[in-house]
Amino acid sequence: MENTSVAYVRTQMLPQSAPPLGQRGAIKWIRDNLLSSWLNAILTVLSLIVIGYVLVGFVPWFVSPTWAGTSLADCRAILTEAGRVGEHGVEGACWGVIRDRGFQLMFGFYPNDAYWRPVLALVLFLVSILPVLFTSLPRKLLIGTALVPFALFWLIWGGSVWSAVSIALGFVLGWAVFKVLADRVSLIITVIAAVLVPILYWMYLSGDLAEFLGTVADISLPAVKSKDIGGFMLAVIIGVTGIVLSLPLGILLALGRKSDMWIVNKLSTAFIETIRGVPLIVWLFTAQLLLNYFLPKGTNFDLLLRVIIMVTLFAAAYIAEVVRGGLAALPSGQFEAADSLGLDYWKAMRLIVLPQALKISIPGIVNTFIGMFKDTTLVMFIGLFDPLGLISAIRATTDWNGVYWELYVFIAAVFFIFCFSMGRYSLYLERKLQREHR
Amino acid sequence: MAYTDPPKASFRLSQLIYDTRYRSMTIQVVTLAMVVLGIWWLVYNASVNLKVLGITPSLDFLWARAGYDIGFTLIPYDSTMSYGRSALVGICNTLLIAGLGCITATLVGVTAGVLRLSKNWVVSRLMGVYVEAVRNVPLVLWILLVFAVLSEGTPAPRAFKPDASGVAEASMMAFDSLAFTNRGVYAPAPVLGDGAGWLGLVFLLSLVAAWAYRKLAKHLLFDTGRLLPMIWPALAIAVVPTIFTYLVWANFGLGLIYFLIGVAWISAVVVVYRVVANAIPSELGKVLAFFAGLIVAYFVVWFGTLAFLVAKLTIFSGASEPGSVASWSPPVMFSYPTLGGFNFTGGMNIPNSLIALWVALTFYTGAFIAENVRAGIMAVSKGQSEAAFALGLQPNRTMNLVILPQAMRVIIPPMISQFLNLTKNSSLAIAVSYPDIRATLGGITLNQTGRALECMLLLGLFYLVLSLMISAVMNRVNNRMKLKER
Repeated sequence: MENTSVAYVRTQMLPQSAPPLGQRGAIKWIRDNLLSSWLNAILTVLSLIVIGYVLVGFVPWFVSPTWAGTSLADCRAILTEAGRVGEHGVEGACWGVIRDRGFQLMFGFYPNDAYWRPVLALVLFLVSILPVLFTSLPRKLLIGTALVPFALFWLIWGGSVWSAVSIALGFVLGWAVFKVLADRVSLIITVIAAVLVPILYWMYLSGDLAEFLGTVADISLPAVKSKDIGGFMLAVIIGVTGIVLSLPLGILLALGRKSDMWIVNKLSTAFIETIRGVPLIVWLFTAQLLLNYFLPKGTNFDLLLRVIIMVTLFAAAYIAEVVRGGLAALPSGQFEAADSLGLDYWKAMRLIVLPQALKISIPGIVNTFIGMFKDTTLVMFIGLFDPLGLISAIRATTDWNGVYWELYVFIAAVFFIFCFSMGRYSLYLERKLQREHR
Repeated sequence: MAYTDPPKASFRLSQLIYDTRYRSMTIQVVTLAMVVLGIWWLVYNASVNLKVLGITPSLDFLWARAGYDIGFTLIPYDSTMSYGRSALVGICNTLLIAGLGCITATLVGVTAGVLRLSKNWVVSRLMGVYVEAVRNVPLVLWILLVFAVLSEGTPAPRAFKPDASGVAEASMMAFDSLAFTNRGVYAPAPVLGDGAGWLGLVFLLSLVAAWAYRKLAKHLLFDTGRLLPMIWPALAIAVVPTIFTYLVWANFGLGLIYFLIGVAWISAVVVVYRVVANAIPSELGKVLAFFAGLIVAYFVVWFGTLAFLVAKLTIFSGASEPGSVASWSPPVMFSYPTLGGFNFTGGMNIPNSLIALWVALTFYTGAFIAENVRAGIMAVSKGQSEAAFALGLQPNRTMNLVILPQAMRVIIPPMISQFLNLTKNSSLAIAVSYPDIRATLGGITLNQTGRALECMLLLGLFYLVLSLMISAVMNRVNNRMKLKER
């Protein structure tokens, strides 16, 4: 029965009406995000002015039809023909220099007909790190990964294949000695023997062996001198070698600094602090100027090798500090649990402590690697031709005298792509390995 | 009854390897022996090599005549002075760039880090682009790029000279006091007159007084709950006595009048601002109040100046010879760069290399500091700010009293390492030939004397000591900020 004392009662709900115009869609978003207060509005306007200023200055310069230019004068002619002449002369980038000298920026003075060698080396390297990055692949493949560095060395520097093989044999020898002695005598003696035997082999036998094998079967590539290696290839060689070698060294130093043994602890600390306290450029000059003083008379080894050694030691000290942070972040219960299981020191570290500590340190380690890759540009100051070092070489030619910004922009873009993707990979890894707080 | 003795504590040689009590000793002795052997080998090689070359290492060369000029010096230096002196010049230059860089990088970094967390979409994205773009490209490239902009994109000094028709190609900035040229920036230079020392002393004392005021206000707040205004009184205590001393030292009568005019001007702004802002209680009201204050102050200063001119005419008329009451001799004056011939004279010349290095180091390190600041603020859990709001704290008080003190604990340690990085990165001065310690001691001196060993050793030692000193100082700061746990 209906209530009749009221004139009219709505029996149905009205359909919902849309929020007012100021409270929805783009207007609401703009009001909330850009104009929420006076200060915010001012900041928005300032930012837009900055963005506009940069875009107006950069885009017309960047979009420039000069890819085909063969020299700076040619580029200017093309731009004039296109009618792009402002009050300060022609306006627009001269991208011809990148087309003309792009390969040089990539490979330095490496022989043109041998470009396939570093490219093949890069492909080989990328394939060989797959078993390391993806744990689902069969573990046997790691043996191949261990052999690849020698192949890379041979591909890039050329020469007889047997010298690479005979150096690799040294490592095999060390490994064999370790395997044979491991169960028979104490660990210390085993380690000392496994280090000493290969060193003796390299000092007295390896050279003759390579020579002998060379007379048996002569397999060789044309040799390339270290000073001809340059451009991004140089940066990648120094960076990758440094990364691969500095990680184990850094972990050892970190363990040394955390060790209870007084002498080991102090030695590691002194090494780390000395390396970290002095800029890389000073260490590079030391490698260039002083290393020969400290080696037996007559030794004269390659500048690139010296640089790689210095960069490795430098990065190792930084990685040691990062790993030490990871070790410190681990609750002491983990160390005690490993001890109470009866694991010896190395097993405890390898199976319990380091997997967790390294997981914590991954962002720091990748940051160190990014830093090291950027620092490879410093080798230009000791006479190696990294991309920045090549700029002056390119500018010294008559064709490209006066080119500045195009080369800087190109090199900066390439470095950005390398470093940015490394940083993103570390973020991805961090998220993937994060077990707790999910 | 047969029982076995406990085994005699006899020592067997094999215990050195198998017994954990002795094994660590063995390992340490072996390590030490190997390290000592290695070092001995290096030193032996060095001594043999040096003997062959006929060099005996010594630091005597530091007192020999250097014979080269340095483009930018903070302490007096010329080419007749010693190599030691030139190294000192380099040390000063390194410390200068490191100090300047640390200050500006902190400002840029903190600003960018806070803005990157802002709710403003455009601003936070812009800061994100800045941080990612800058820190993923090598520092050397930035230094070279800024240097190229400065040396290619600025006019030569002679472009500032007006041509026949009286029009110059380039003009100076900031009321004809700054000139950006391809030979560096010409800027006003302070010239210290007598009384500069007293002025500095007054400034230092007023800084101490401002600090004491802050302490007092804090005590009052904690003891009685009374809240004194903090920022403006502290600022006034720090600045006003210095300005007063400056004006009065320059000329007692005139200075006093100038000072009073200034006080009147600021009071007018404040009073009018207060009145109008109270009358119109809104954001718009504050803006209106500010402009109203400016307008009133303009008239006050107008009448004040008029009154002053009248006073000057009546009180000091006739007394205008130097040394008399009317002469104006402030303790600190500025010498302005002026164009003479084809170059500027007067003022000071800041070389482009210094500016390029400074700008690049600032923005590069700033990008890293911005990330540290962002991480630090984000590390403070949301519950903290919610709790502060629940207690009724204003947003800015929440930031100052609750979030920042906790964030600082996370921010300071990585900030220390950024300062250290900046100091070490200042050695990239080599890219633009800024005469830092590497360029003088580790560059020209090394090449001229051929004393590579000594020069590199001293250079390394300098950086090492500097790094250790910075980290010692900053660790003290860190320990004071640290959470006090029982």
